Amino acid sequence: MADTAVHGHHGEVEGGKWDGGQRPMDASYGKLMMWYFLVSDAFTFAGFLIAYGTIRFSMPAWPVPDFVFAKAPFLHGEWPLIFVTFMTFVLIISSVTMVRAVQEGARENKRGVVFWMALTILGGATFLGCQAWEWNTMINGEGVTVTKDPFSSQLEAGTYVSGEELLAEGYTAKKASEAPELQGMDLHGHDDHAEGAHQEIMYYLKPGAEDIEDNRLFVKRTHEKTFDELKADNELSFGVKDPYLITYGHDTHLYEPAAFRGEDGDIKAEAFGPIAFGSLFFFITGFHGFHVFSGVVFLIIIMINVASGLYAKRKNGYEMVEKIGLYWHFVDLVWVFVFLCFYLL
Amino acid sequence: MGHLSYEESKKVVVKGLILLGVVTLVEVAIALFANGHITESFDIGDTWMRYPYMLIMIGLSIYKAYFIVYEFMHMRYEAKGLAASVLLPTVLLVWAIVAFFNEGASYGDRRELIDKKDQEQVEPTYKLKKTSMLENTRELKKEDFK
Repeated sequence: MADTAVHGHHGEVEGGKWDGGQRPMDASYGKLMMWYFLVSDAFTFAGFLIAYGTIRFSMPAWPVPDFVFAKAPFLHGEWPLIFVTFMTFVLIISSVTMVRAVQEGARENKRGVVFWMALTILGGATFLGCQAWEWNTMINGEGVTVTKDPFSSQLEAGTYVSGEELLAEGYTAKKASEAPELQGMDLHGHDDHAEGAHQEIMYYLKPGAEDIEDNRLFVKRTHEKTFDELKADNELSFGVKDPYLITYGHDTHLYEPAAFRGEDGDIKAEAFGPIAFGSLFFFITGFHGFHVFSGVVFLIIIMINVASGLYAKRKNGYEMVEKIGLYWHFVDLVWVFVFLCFYLL
Repeated sequence: MGHLSYEESKKVVVKGLILLGVVTLVEVAIALFANGHITESFDIGDTWMRYPYMLIMIGLSIYKAYFIVYEFMHMRYEAKGLAASVLLPTVLLVWAIVAFFNEGASYGDRRELIDKKDQEQVEPTYKLKKTSMLENTRELKKEDFK
């Protein structure tokens, strides 16, 4: 490094290595402090991920990741893990372009640094865009929020039941449009997937039930399929800990617990998954995304400074680029573990 | 970086790109295969095979982390003292992971036990009717509750 030569290596100055006036760790103050900042940041992330693991370990069931993260832009149907793999590659490639920028800096090649930093910024921005898409899909498409987890895993095997079966069991059918808490809502009773058919959304009350909130059951449907379509596709049965998504009522704007028959023959309602899932997911990926965002901001500032010739004057091999490089690789490093905890395990 | 020539360090970059990419693809391939997304006939589900699966995933991730820190962040070329002062503290996380996951599992077990106890139906055998404890110390019969 250009300026270690100025200060000299081990013992060139009189006195011991740790007696001042030297760099006992052969790194500049700025670089050393960047490393220690990253250590503390690593512990912050580790704290969050350990909290995730602790809560997950305490739950009897947890949403299955490759079922939760199965959507991809421009692709229909289920594509488990494909989109997050793409996001991982975006970060890996931006890390690689960052290494190139640092290398060009070491040989004082200003144009090279700006070029490779610009590509790195592009990678960071792409990643942020992907994350925005993923969050939007999670919140508006699948309904996961910090307070609601419509995903879960069954603790027993079962089969979803139809409205007719519920009526045969003594349940009473009610129109969703007449549910007290839905008064005043625009319930058009229209089913997106049954073309032209105006189908009244019904809910079913347990025999003798008065408390509507806890005893209201719906018949299973998904975003794509009605109950009959699910039946035709043989998708009504599930095993122990199979993942499922609680029905979202596009008309009622509520998550509707569907009725199923357990192995003991009783009719039961789906239960929501652990609430902590959503808050941990959004907080941890959000905290990582915030790191990516601040990284992009700093990369832009430093790239402008590089272009203006500020670091060329310092003649220290573009050390500032090396420091932001350390930070940028750390963001990639954290993603390795976020990817592991949320998507692979 | 001074320890590698420019050409050599460019080779490290290409190697890093290929290595990280391939390890990630292997991880995803194992995840998809083990969870029954490639062939329906193979799905490790909730069996003991989950443990080797998790170990492989964690091992591959740690390998990626090692490569990023040692090659991309140039830890390999830093002074030993710097590497030690950065890497050794992270060993504390091993304790944190073991302790907290144990606590989480234990919390889960207790909640399961409480749920089970909540489901149990028991006949009340003894109940005080009046404020004075001494007046009602005889054992009550079922009729007393009607």
